Amino acid sequence: MKKRKLWKILGTAAAVVLSLALLQELLMPKYIYDITEGAMIREYYGEEKDHDVVFIGDCEVYENFSPEVLWQEYGINSYIRGSAQQLIWQSYYLLEDTLRYETPDVVVFNVLALQYDRPQSEAYNRMTLEGMRWSGSKAKSILASMTEGESFLEYVFPLLRYHSRWSELTVKDVQGMFRREQVTHNGYYMRVDVRPAENVPEGRILADYSFGDNAWTYMDKIADLCREKGIRLLLVKAPSLYPYWYPQWEEQVEEYARRRELPYLNFLELTEETGLDFSSDTYDAGLHLNLSGAEKITRYLGEYLREDMGLADRRGEEGLTEQWQEKTAAYERDRDAQYEKYGMTPQTP
Amino acid sequence: MLFTSYGFIGFAAILFLLYYLVPKKCQWPLLLAASYLFYFFAGPEYLLYIMTTTVSVWLTGRAIQARGEKTAAYVKECGKTLTREEKKAWKEKGKRRQRRLLVLCLLLNLGILAVVKYAAFAIANANALLGAVGLERRLDVPDFVLPLGISFYTFQALGYLIDVYRGTVPAEKNLFRLGLFVSFFPQLIQGPISRFGDLGKSLYEEHPFHARTVALGLERILWGYFKKLVIADRILTAVNAIIREPEIHSGAWVLVGMLFYALELYADFTGGIDITIGIGQALGITVKENFIRPYFSKSIKEYWRRWHISMGTWFTDYIFYPISVSKPMLKLSKWSRAHLGETVGKRIPVYLSSFAVWAATGIWHGASWNFIVWGLGNWVVIMVSQELGPLYGFLRGRFPKAEGRLWFRAFQVIRTVLLMSCLRMFDCYRNVPLTFRMFGTMFTEFNWSILWDGSLLGLGLTAVDYGVLVLGLALLFAVSMVQRRGSVRERIAAYPYPVRAILWYGLFLIVLLAGAYGNGYDASQFIYNQF
Amino acid sequence: MERKVREMEELLEILEDLHPEVDFTTCDRLIDDKILDSFDIVSVIAEINERFDVAITAEKITPENFNSAKALYALIQKLEDGE
Repeated sequence: MKKRKLWKILGTAAAVVLSLALLQELLMPKYIYDITEGAMIREYYGEEKDHDVVFIGDCEVYENFSPEVLWQEYGINSYIRGSAQQLIWQSYYLLEDTLRYETPDVVVFNVLALQYDRPQSEAYNRMTLEGMRWSGSKAKSILASMTEGESFLEYVFPLLRYHSRWSELTVKDVQGMFRREQVTHNGYYMRVDVRPAENVPEGRILADYSFGDNAWTYMDKIADLCREKGIRLLLVKAPSLYPYWYPQWEEQVEEYARRRELPYLNFLELTEETGLDFSSDTYDAGLHLNLSGAEKITRYLGEYLREDMGLADRRGEEGLTEQWQEKTAAYERDRDAQYEKYGMTPQTP
Repeated sequence: MLFTSYGFIGFAAILFLLYYLVPKKCQWPLLLAASYLFYFFAGPEYLLYIMTTTVSVWLTGRAIQARGEKTAAYVKECGKTLTREEKKAWKEKGKRRQRRLLVLCLLLNLGILAVVKYAAFAIANANALLGAVGLERRLDVPDFVLPLGISFYTFQALGYLIDVYRGTVPAEKNLFRLGLFVSFFPQLIQGPISRFGDLGKSLYEEHPFHARTVALGLERILWGYFKKLVIADRILTAVNAIIREPEIHSGAWVLVGMLFYALELYADFTGGIDITIGIGQALGITVKENFIRPYFSKSIKEYWRRWHISMGTWFTDYIFYPISVSKPMLKLSKWSRAHLGETVGKRIPVYLSSFAVWAATGIWHGASWNFIVWGLGNWVVIMVSQELGPLYGFLRGRFPKAEGRLWFRAFQVIRTVLLMSCLRMFDCYRNVPLTFRMFGTMFTEFNWSILWDGSLLGLGLTAVDYGVLVLGLALLFAVSMVQRRGSVRERIAAYPYPVRAILWYGLFLIVLLAGAYGNGYDASQFIYNQF
Repeated sequence: MERKVREMEELLEILEDLHPEVDFTTCDRLIDDKILDSFDIVSVIAEINERFDVAITAEKITPENFNSAKALYALIQKLEDGE
């Protein structure tokens, strides 16, 4: 009798937990079809984790650097852990998270994120945080990122947050429960179309140009963590024309890099060297680079990583080569499909 | 901590587990600790208020009882030597002392309530008066933070004290036990105002875990959340949209707002009480019912016997009766019978006392003229219907078949709901003149097309929301109908386990998915934002 | 004895004035069945005060005392006896 009661309780509990878990999977946004930025962070966990270079940062990394080029032309195995409006503490905790799996030689961090000192928006928080696997780093990242009205519990049980999505579910939500297509190429978000940059607005005048204390604290934590793990930290500023990169900001970063003895590449100042042309290398008038632009600056970066930071060419390494064959095939498929979609003829680099 | 916050649910869940794990005799001390912790979360500075009330009421209760016992003992001891008159005089003297203690404690506690709740209102009115008579001088309007649930716990504590004075309940010896009665946390937010004689019994008993009672309690809590989250909090969006912009929402909008508010208030208030009673039940504690399907009432008087019952009976027992049967009132009644005639004389006690009660009820709800006018509005309606009694009797005689007919009962019910909804407009709009103006627009503006031209979708509710509301209200109505023939939960309890489990889980899912909670967020808000 | 009968009749008269449709000689659930409401009770008390010259105080207003005419009369007697 007692045993039967126990089974009854256990059976009910199992059914409830299982059905709630499925419901949660169903209701959570999948991000793969519409706002692909939300699907990027989780893709990392399916990778073989043996990267030489890991990028962390916002759209200025995931839209501007192509790991494919780094592999094809320099034999560097890299991955971009980027997400939309990735705040600097989120970058730091993503770095912590990454170090649980592997220790790369070089970490590349894009300095634009220094501009935010405080949590910004729940939507972006969720896109960065939800894809992370659970760990102390994720919990700390959530706590550091919550805006007013957000609750930690709703990150633990996203069902509570997305409960009202039942009225807008589509077939794709059901499909996405079981199979998620890759949206990036090692973290790189590819766009081939062109929208030239014209009349880039000047930055509006700010009351205070100094980066916030909180942002600097996490910048230090990133630098310290890298040093502790024997990782070389490379600071970059992507060549995006907008958001405006103020000279005052540049000064602070240069000063910081000097003080911490960190290499720093500002691609805004390297347009001649990279050959970047904003009439053909951007798909949204200068905010983000398209494939052509990304490949150009990636080549410069590859050169730098090889020559100045001494990264070895791993092409020909067993296992890695096979992995990249597949990746290259997917990369080219995506590229050709986009060329077709936008009615463009592939350019030869 | 609101009932609908994650914090509250977590708090109650932890308490529930501890409650059945600790030794049985530690259950009530645990509840006391939990209640004070709950109060501490609301604001540590409030603790002082509730403690003052508790200690003063406890001391006075003990003193009143001691005085009574002393008198009784003396009268008994010297019973043989005293004449009847002397005995009476002794008793009178004892009673007078007791009354003095009672009044002192009432003044202290009502004084605290008056200062924190009404001082600002009183001084603002005094300033207006000063201005009206042309004086320059203005008094500073104080800015007190209203301690959580002060109206509820003060009344509950004073009810206990009056009961002790009347000899209805014995004075509680243990300060901490009385402390639990005053601070019992599920009642602090929305009431009810329990009596010591009702709640006191089960509050301190040892409660072993009874799966059935606990299940009934949890079910009731879930039902409360359904009312609050699925219906009340959803409809609230529309109510606010209407009443916060009276310039745009006049005419038919006022009617819509009135009815929406009636539904919102019902679902929110009864849902909150369901949660309170359900928590009590899950802990083995019986909290008295506070509502009996009030929207099925056929008259306002009946409505007030079925809506917020604990408040109504409190006012009846501790204000209405004492005033109406007091010696001065009886004298006044006698005098007016002699001088103004039987008809008027008879009415004097009832009219005057109920006027006082309704003014008090109004101001109890909040420190503003809106509530006072609302309270007196109730009084007027009740008195008018009282006076129309003979007319109804006459009509009843002329159309004896009407009574008992479904349509006639429906008419009475709808009339009552509409009347109550009209009165409640005072609760909605900023001030009294605005309320009257908005009420007037219902009869001067004929914008009825808003009901079907899609305007209702402009209130912050989508078509899906309206769908959920219609279904939710249908469920609520169906449950009320079934309830008239006995407890729905008892009925469910008779079903086999799988059926019960599916019903519970189904309701849980409805609350979880259709509840209007969270950050006002939905995934469609993600508009790709390039930067 | 005679006085008792007379007084009881007088009380019944007061009650029947308020609710002619109720049989007060037998009904013993006047409060429980909500036949008498608070207004009725106050009217009854005022009448009793008028005719019997006893004052029923608020604490005496309990269901036990008002559920039947008999109980109410017992209360009046108790008060008349000065206890």
